[in-house]
Amino acid sequence: MKKNKLVFMLSLVLVLALVVTGCASGSKNESGANNNEFRINLASEPPTLDPAQATDQVSFTVINAIYEGLTIIDENGNVQPGIAEKWDVSEDGKTYTFTIRSDAKWNNGDPITAHDFEFSWKRALDPKLVPKPSQYAYQMYYIEGAEAYNTGSGSVDDVKIKATDDHTLVVTLNAPTVYFESLLSTAIYFPVHQSVTENEAFAAAADTMITNGPFTMTEWKRNTSIVLEPSESYYARNDIKFAKVSFTMVNDSNSELNMYETGKLDYAGYPTGALPTDQFASLKEKYPNEFQIKGTASLYYYLINTTEAPFTNEKIRQALSLSIDRAAITEKVTLGGQIPAYGLVPPGIKGVEDEYRNEVDDNYFQEDLELAKQLLAEGLAEEGLTELPAFSLTFNTNELHQKVAEAVVDMWSNNLGVNAQIGNEEWGVFLDNRTAMNYQVARAGWGADYNDPISFIGLFTSKSGNNNTGYANVEYDALVSQVDQSTDAAERVRLMAEAEKMIIDSHSIIPIYYYSTVYLMKPDVKGVYVDYKGDVIFTRGYYEAEAE
Amino acid sequence: MVAYIPFFQHDMEVYKQLVRYVIKKILFMLLSLFVLASATFFLMKAIPGNPFQSEKNIPPAIQQMLMERYGFDQPLWKQYITYIGNLLQFDLGTSMKQQYVTVESVIKNGFAYSMQLGVLAILVSIVVGVLLGLVAALNHRKFLDGFTIFIAVLGVSIPNFVVASALQYIFGVQLRWFNVTGLYGPLDYVLPVIALSFLPTAFIARLTRSSMLEVLSADYIKTARSKGLSGRVILVKHALRNAILPVVTYVGPMTANIITGSVIVEQIFGIGGLGKDFVSSITNRDYTLIMGLTLFYAVILMIARLITDVAYGFVDPRIKLTGGKGGS
Amino acid sequence: MSDQTLKKQDFAKLDRTEQPKELVVRESISAWKDAWLRLKENKLAMISLYVLIVIALFAIFAQFMTPYDYKTNDLSSTNLPPGPDHWFGTDALGRDMFERTWMGAGISLQVGLYAALVDLVLGVIIGGIMGYYGGKVDEILNRFCEIMYSIPSMLVVILLIVVLEPSMFTIVLALSITGWINMAWIVRGQVMQLKNQEYVLAARTIGASTSRIMFKHLIPNALGPIIVTITMTVPSAIFAEAFLSFLGLGVQSPAASLGTLINDALKAMTVYPWRMLFPAILISLTMLCFNIFGDGLRDALDPKMKK
Repeated sequence: MKKNKLVFMLSLVLVLALVVTGCASGSKNESGANNNEFRINLASEPPTLDPAQATDQVSFTVINAIYEGLTIIDENGNVQPGIAEKWDVSEDGKTYTFTIRSDAKWNNGDPITAHDFEFSWKRALDPKLVPKPSQYAYQMYYIEGAEAYNTGSGSVDDVKIKATDDHTLVVTLNAPTVYFESLLSTAIYFPVHQSVTENEAFAAAADTMITNGPFTMTEWKRNTSIVLEPSESYYARNDIKFAKVSFTMVNDSNSELNMYETGKLDYAGYPTGALPTDQFASLKEKYPNEFQIKGTASLYYYLINTTEAPFTNEKIRQALSLSIDRAAITEKVTLGGQIPAYGLVPPGIKGVEDEYRNEVDDNYFQEDLELAKQLLAEGLAEEGLTELPAFSLTFNTNELHQKVAEAVVDMWSNNLGVNAQIGNEEWGVFLDNRTAMNYQVARAGWGADYNDPISFIGLFTSKSGNNNTGYANVEYDALVSQVDQSTDAAERVRLMAEAEKMIIDSHSIIPIYYYSTVYLMKPDVKGVYVDYKGDVIFTRGYYEAEAE
Repeated sequence: MVAYIPFFQHDMEVYKQLVRYVIKKILFMLLSLFVLASATFFLMKAIPGNPFQSEKNIPPAIQQMLMERYGFDQPLWKQYITYIGNLLQFDLGTSMKQQYVTVESVIKNGFAYSMQLGVLAILVSIVVGVLLGLVAALNHRKFLDGFTIFIAVLGVSIPNFVVASALQYIFGVQLRWFNVTGLYGPLDYVLPVIALSFLPTAFIARLTRSSMLEVLSADYIKTARSKGLSGRVILVKHALRNAILPVVTYVGPMTANIITGSVIVEQIFGIGGLGKDFVSSITNRDYTLIMGLTLFYAVILMIARLITDVAYGFVDPRIKLTGGKGGS
Repeated sequence: MSDQTLKKQDFAKLDRTEQPKELVVRESISAWKDAWLRLKENKLAMISLYVLIVIALFAIFAQFMTPYDYKTNDLSSTNLPPGPDHWFGTDALGRDMFERTWMGAGISLQVGLYAALVDLVLGVIIGGIMGYYGGKVDEILNRFCEIMYSIPSMLVVILLIVVLEPSMFTIVLALSITGWINMAWIVRGQVMQLKNQEYVLAARTIGASTSRIMFKHLIPNALGPIIVTITMTVPSAIFAEAFLSFLGLGVQSPAASLGTLINDALKAMTVYPWRMLFPAILISLTMLCFNIFGDGLRDALDPKMKK
């Protein structure tokens, strides 16, 4: 049978050809340092690069590199001048007068003026903004007249943002706000070029985007890659060392790790990408100098519906909180170097001199199984129950939330003999139910909007839209409003610590852990860091020169 | 195709029949698309909550404005009529998550990649599959037969996300022969195409093998052989031509298979095709994009099935193109 | 040779109700027995059948074989390799992989079987109606089927599961929505072919009811292709569920299917390979056995196909 051999030979040649061409392509271990290129992955396409529209971390990562606000935050979390050269604050702490750098330019060469900021901020507050009203505009409500204009009850003329000349911007706030300078470094306060009124879709393509930051976008291939290059008109062009920043878009944690390991990425992991959780331990061993964990100012916690029996009983709530082994959750379940939480304000948030968390210890309670059992028994007796009725712990559908919930429910069942079910809900359903207080215990997470503890403490006032626990305490509300009135750092921290103790002691929430950010970064990359909020900042990054 | 019978050999009646058949099929496609569009619309509307919610509460006034901007405050029937009206003008809408990105532009961007991979995978599956099947049939009950069956069995018994991950790890990370992700050069197509064609290749090999065995034992082959025709002539002219028929019927299901596979392969190999778009539209709950891509995929599949039906009519003169049971 | 003429009293009226409408004198076993004998000869198919039975038995009884269960966490013993305590090791939450793997096998098999069952019921009823009545009824139903069939099934499945919460029930429901059509067509074809055969006509002439003809005569004779279709539906449903798992739309933890187990383990493939190994072997084995058994069954039930 000659033909059989023929066919066999044919297929053999085919296979061989594949193998040979395969070998020929053999790629060496590449390095970004060769081209002074910084390569990082985005797990998804940035939904928008319009600073007024962005709401997610992927968008923020790119926006932070191509725009710059009046202030910037340095690696230590301190406010530094950005597009504003300097500013004065009035005696009452309400009026800010900014002086815009005379050498600040857009990447098309136009000078950046105070009018640009007035235009941009009012644009962000515009309730008729195209394509949709800004979801983060509420972060500008500190400005007098902003909330009224944004919610449709006031006029744009009453918003107290005024460019008095090309280089002077005067802003008046409703009340003294100590963290206003830090807020100015966030996307919603970034300027956009006034020509955007002619092309509202300017931020949807690389060639129509006019930006003012250290980098300029030179290429945006949908769903594939984004390339940034230093902006030649940036006022501090000499501080920018990377010749190129390339974003790939791969949404698979294994693939991302594989890319890093084969030298296709210089930075892999959170916040813009992901690494497989199960491999954290082995990666730490394999790349001790590259595997990094950075605490992040966000809190992972459970809400308890304090309006529904038997959770109206504080002792029962306390028993639930005290019987969770938080260390086991962070060390065995989440694995990412998260810190067990016993308070409301995460590390990384500024206090008076140091971090708030270093100045105010979060030892409000300790885990204690015996006490938890006793409290549960007492609580049940007070409620006239013999055992805790089955209840459910709900969370939005997500692998991590699922794992944590499973572990917690298992602890409750083993430690207290309590029967809890876990229930996952679609995001929209979950939020609806949580807001409508249609739950028993529910997951929640909160990240800092700005670098001040009040971003967390303010959550549980009785009128806060994000309270969702039914916790309403006049004293607490009074404390928070005192904090809002005060400009004295020490007094504010003292008041906030008092408020924090009050909400934690009520056990209306069960803090679980403070978030962390896990990433791999090539050892010769310097000056790239993850800030307190968990954003990766690479604008001032560079490659360490080789030793030779 | 080996067994191609030119058009003009059929009489006019057959030709008319064919045109009638195709028109009928296309009408059905349109009707099906309408049903699918309506079904997806109401399914998406059945999802509780609205797409503008986030962990941080948006002031109700802003929520209201967002709803108005997207027309979600309208009664359902009005939204439906608007949606169908837009569809009739080939307007699939705008992504709800990616600003200023129309579903149309997503398809334009992504389809090129998916198409390249898909067509390559179909070709590879057919060539390698038929070849393997042939080798197996000609070596019936010998080592090569067993080997082919083994490959074919592997192909239908390992989930393709495992295959894709394993290929990436072995050839990308361990051996470093190929890039682990992306489509930068021709070689970057190798791993995704293998991963995509793994299952269809196995299936085609099995189909070819069994139909080839059947054909080889058929009387007319025996007759041809007894007439003294050489082995190669028999093989190409008689056996293969008939053995390939079942493969033609498999083109429709294979397209469906490769589309499903592309969802996984593009995700793992980081290729910006429609499959990746589809996954992200699901994880983002980007309803307009989900609906748009579903409709687009449906059109592709329907066309593939139509081609299969027509092609089958050409290849096998015994089949008459009339209504009845469609597809494969 | 006396008086041979029949008289009226020679006839007695029989009570009609006492007699079966048609009497099966001898049990008709031949065709089925023949198929069974042919199947028994096919060693590979029989081995596959036995393996499937063993897998099913393990899926049912594995929970009694160890002191562990599929959902209890043990955070002090996470990611353990296979050993005397945990035969298949443990997962990231310290759950016993032996229990989880067999639980997964059980869920995967159930998904496959339920999907096949729903297809069977819907397909036989609708296909039977189409085939038996023909005409307008057939026309309308057939058009309906064609429309449903031209809608890509995997997309519908994904859409449905995005809307409904993923669970075994919703997955089976989603898979069956388009799955029954194929079965309906097969039944329709068979019934159309059979309904005009003499024995059916005979049954009808002696007054057998429609449902009796359908379930006593038509369906049993169409059973061959039906069974073969079922054995092919089961593995494709198992695969479909695995595919959904990759998209995060599979059975939700703490329950597990082989698909979700493999997908979980994929992220740790290089570090904890055993978490991948056992579910992967099991899913391949299940698929393999269903395929081989299905082929064997087809050969056995359809002698024309026999090589």
